[in-house]
This record gives sequence, C-alpha cells and structure tokens, in this order.
Amino acid sequence: MTVRRIVRAGFAAVLVFGILGVAFVVQAADVTMTGSTTVLPIAQAVAEGLIGQIDVEVSGGGSSVGVAALIDGTTMIANHSRAMKGSEYEKAVANEVYPFTFQVANDAISVVVHPSNSVEDLTLEQLKSIYEGSITNWNQVGGTNAPITIVSRDTSSGTYETWETIVMMGADVDEGAIYTTSNADVANEVSNNTYAIGYVGIAYVTPQLKALTVGGKGASIETAINFSYPIARPLFMSTNGFPSGSVLEVILFVLSDAGQRIVQDVGYAPIRVLP
Amino acid sequence: MSREKEEAEAPMIDLRPLRPVGSRGLLRLVRKHWDRPVFFSLASISIVALGLIVYFIFREAIPLFREVQVADFFGSQWRPTSQVARFGAMPMIVGSALVTVGALGIAIPLGFASATFIAEVAPGFLKDVAKSVLELLAGIPSVVYGFFGLAVVAPFLQGWLHLATGRTALTASIILAIMALPTIASLAEDALTAVPIAYREASAAVGATRWQTIWRVTIPAAFSGLIGAVILGLGRAVGETMAVLMVAGNSPQITASFLKPVRTLTSGIALEMGETAFGSTHDHALFALGALLLLITLAMNWAAEGFRGRLARKHGR
Repeated sequence: MTVRRIVRAGFAAVLVFGILGVAFVVQAADVTMTGSTTVLPIAQAVAEGLIGQIDVEVSGGGSSVGVAALIDGTTMIANHSRAMKGSEYEKAVANEVYPFTFQVANDAISVVVHPSNSVEDLTLEQLKSIYEGSITNWNQVGGTNAPITIVSRDTSSGTYETWETIVMMGADVDEGAIYTTSNADVANEVSNNTYAIGYVGIAYVTPQLKALTVGGKGASIETAINFSYPIARPLFMSTNGFPSGSVLEVILFVLSDAGQRIVQDVGYAPIRVLP
Repeated sequence: MSREKEEAEAPMIDLRPLRPVGSRGLLRLVRKHWDRPVFFSLASISIVALGLIVYFIFREAIPLFREVQVADFFGSQWRPTSQVARFGAMPMIVGSALVTVGALGIAIPLGFASATFIAEVAPGFLKDVAKSVLELLAGIPSVVYGFFGLAVVAPFLQGWLHLATGRTALTASIILAIMALPTIASLAEDALTAVPIAYREASAAVGATRWQTIWRVTIPAAFSGLIGAVILGLGRAVGETMAVLMVAGNSPQITASFLKPVRTLTSGIALEMGETAFGSTHDHALFALGALLLLITLAMNWAAEGFRGRLARKHGR
C-alpha cells in the first residue's frame, strides 16, 4: 500500500515538473542577429540579400539587447551602434564569450523637427541645453514662441548612448521628455508634432521630417564617412570569437562591395568609398 | 405495483455507476487508482508555476537593497544610467495610479451602463449583437489598441486640447478604458442577469417603475458580481504594458496632470529590460519594480475580495 502511494506521488511529481520543464524551442534559423534598431535596416536588407542561401533571422531591441544576447548566448551576431562597454566585455569573458567586433557601416544621427518649424540650425551646446531642459521655448533658439517637446530614446538604445556621449556629455535628459522605443517611433512623433525635436539615424529621415544642421554641418553619407558631421558614429556587428560557417559568410557578405552597396542603398554610409 | 406506475416512479436520471471499458484490465486499474494523482498534479501545475515565478522575481529583486536604501527606492528620481545612478520608483508608481484611475473612471460608468442596457433594456436581437461586439472588443490584441492610440487618439487629443504632445496619461487612460470595458461590461452583464427574475417580479408587484427596479433592486442584488467585474477590469488596467508603452510618453516625472506624459511600472520594465546585463544593479532594480507590481496586484486582489465578501454578506448575496 505504501509503495503504491510513493509511486503515485512520484508519478504526480514527474508529471508536474515534466510539463513545466518542457519549454525549449529549437532555433530554426541558420544565423540569428539581434540588437540595434539603427543597424536593423542594414541587417534586414542583408537577410533579404541572402534569401535562398542562408536563413538569417533578424530582430531589434536596442544595442544593449544585442550585446546582452551575445553574452547570454541567445544570438550569433549582435548588432550595435555604440562600442561595447568595459563592463560588458567583463561579463562576456566571465561567460566564456569572446566578442569579435566588425565595423560594418557609418551612421550620422540627424536632428529632426517638424517641417513647419522655422529653425534651420542648432549648435551642440544648444542641443544639450534643450535636452537638459534649460531651454524650453523655440523662440530661445530662433524659432516661434512655442514650447519645445523633447523626444528621446530609451536607455537600451545605442542611438541614445551616442547622443548621451557626444551631445549630453554625461548630463541627464530632462525627465519631462518623451522616451520612445525606436528610431521609427521618434520619427512618428516628430512628424506629427509641430513642437517636437528628436534624433534619428539618417536612414530614418523621411520627407515628413526636417533635418537640422548641427553647427553648420549637415548629416549625409559624405560627412558620415569622414566624420566631419559632429554626431557621426560607426556601426558594428559582433560575434562570439572569430566567426565560422554561416556566420562568417554573413559577415563577409556585409563587408563585401555588394554588402556595402546594400548599406548605401538603405541610407547609411559605407566604411570605404566604393568603386 | 403495475408496470406503468413503476416506470412513472423510476428516477429520470440513471444513477447506476458507469461500467468502465475493459473492466478487468489495465484501464480499470488506471481509472481506479491513478485518477487522483493525475488530476492533483495537473491542478498543482499552476500553483507551482506561480510559486516559482514569485520566488524568482523576489530572488532577483532583493539584491538591489544591498546597494540602494528602501527609502531611496521610493524616491522621485529614476536615472539608472546617470553618472550617479538613482532608482526612485515613485514616478512610475504615480504614473500607474494616474493611468489606472483615469481608465476606471471612464470604463466603470460606461461598462455598467452597457451591462445594464444589455441585461435589462435591450430587445432580444440587439442583446445578441451587443454581446458579440463586446466579445470581439475583448479579443483584440493590446498592441493593436496601442497602435490605434498612437495613430488616432494621440494626434486628435494634441490638436483638440493644444497639448505639447499627444502622448499623455489621458491618452493611455482612454485606450486602457477601451480595453477594460469589454471585461467589465461582460462580467457586470452576467452579474445582472444572474439576479433571479423573482426579484424583478416582486419589485413590479409593489409598483416600481423599470428604472426604480434596475437602480434599487437589480443592481444592489448583483453588487458582489459588479465588484468582481471592477476587480478584473482593474487588474487588466494595472497590468497592461504594450498599449501604455506606445502612447503614454514614458516620461519618468511625478505629475498629477492627465495632460502630461507619464511612465507606468509595467512600461518602465518593458522599456529598459533590454538594457540590463544580468546581475547588474539596474537589472535588480527592474526586478524590484516587478516585485512591487506583484505586491500591488496581490494587495489589490486581497482588498477587493475582502470588500466583495463584506458587501455580499450585507446585501445577502
């Protein structure tokens, strides 16, 4: 009688933990890529270019998401629009992940406003003051009498990190700012809001937005390649160790002329002048 | 007794025990001895899962308080990536409260009114149509509501009220109200329909009008069910992440104004979840927000059940 009871209880326990334990989904893709939403258009175009040869699965989420995923082992390629931090390298090594970084493109962060806004140019200092909250009205920077609505990115964004380093220089963005989750979201808000100012990668500048010059310099492919535009930055893809197999093929494709032409088509600057 | 009388007196339900198939073999053994363990284990899966979730969230949240004082955690500055990192959750608590109050303020009157209409006033075909529409509304995914809020409600509010931005607590409240409305209306309608028809008949018998009956007899009689509907609607509003993330503006500021962007506990976690490397202080802080959310939900449910119980006893249902 007791043996039966034990066996029954054991069966119950096995059933419970067996059902709870079955939660693993097999990755179907050959190569997984995740991370920066700035690099995302490049990644998607590359995936499209490799249809039929390699199955590439692409997702966004921000540079920090990509790097964290590489460290956790849940992705093969991490896309990021900022350099990896020291703390991230430490965590990676602690996890026996040894990141190998490739620069795959150059990007400029464009400052955008609504097309009806009369302002044409802002200096880095003015941008910092606006985002800190010390300048609150457009007429303080040469526009009409209207309040400034600041649009910023969430903290997992590489675009935000670059903005924080180059423009904010460590100062905090005003807490009354709108925080959005992607380049497209910033573009959406700024194109619908006459008071708004925001920052996006140049690939996301549409006719519904007006790009300002920063200190007289406009954001473009040329000024991004030679870094004469102040808010310019390189874009990266990182792998765990030097890549091999399908992952290596993807990286080589991105760095090839064909891949760099894709980078240019998508709206970013290639890493070298193409023939 | 004659045959006819025997048949008339035989019970209408066959109470004889079912004969199991394969009555001598393994199947009989299984049915007789294993049914209880199987059902018990299946039922306990949800409890075990809940227990594990609570355990893991608190396990990751507690380490935060080695580095941040509890008082600082309820401070007014949320700046996790600053030079001097601050993890004050108050802006998000206030944001959640504001958006939830706003949502319920819209959804409860509308929901109860819809429920009353469907249960008491609507003619047959309209009743079915209205109920189907409610089911449909309840089935729409939250990201679709968020998209609708972003594309339609936010620009409309910005234009109409001349706001700095359409992404405000009010926008989030409106969207949440639309999401909670089917839940509240559906459950309230069930509660009202469950009131025995004898109550309404008795009320009519003493000369009450239809409105007097609804207001003074049916609704009080259905009170505990109505409170249950509110609790579920409240739960939906507090727990909603995607729609709020898209339309509320996500500003970590403490404000009592519905016309300013706010950040809630749920969207605060979703917004920064990707940034955190496992084990960092920021990571622990986000888990602490999750733990806070859990505690608030538990406290809410507990208080609401207690309230419901008292009212049920008071109103005799």
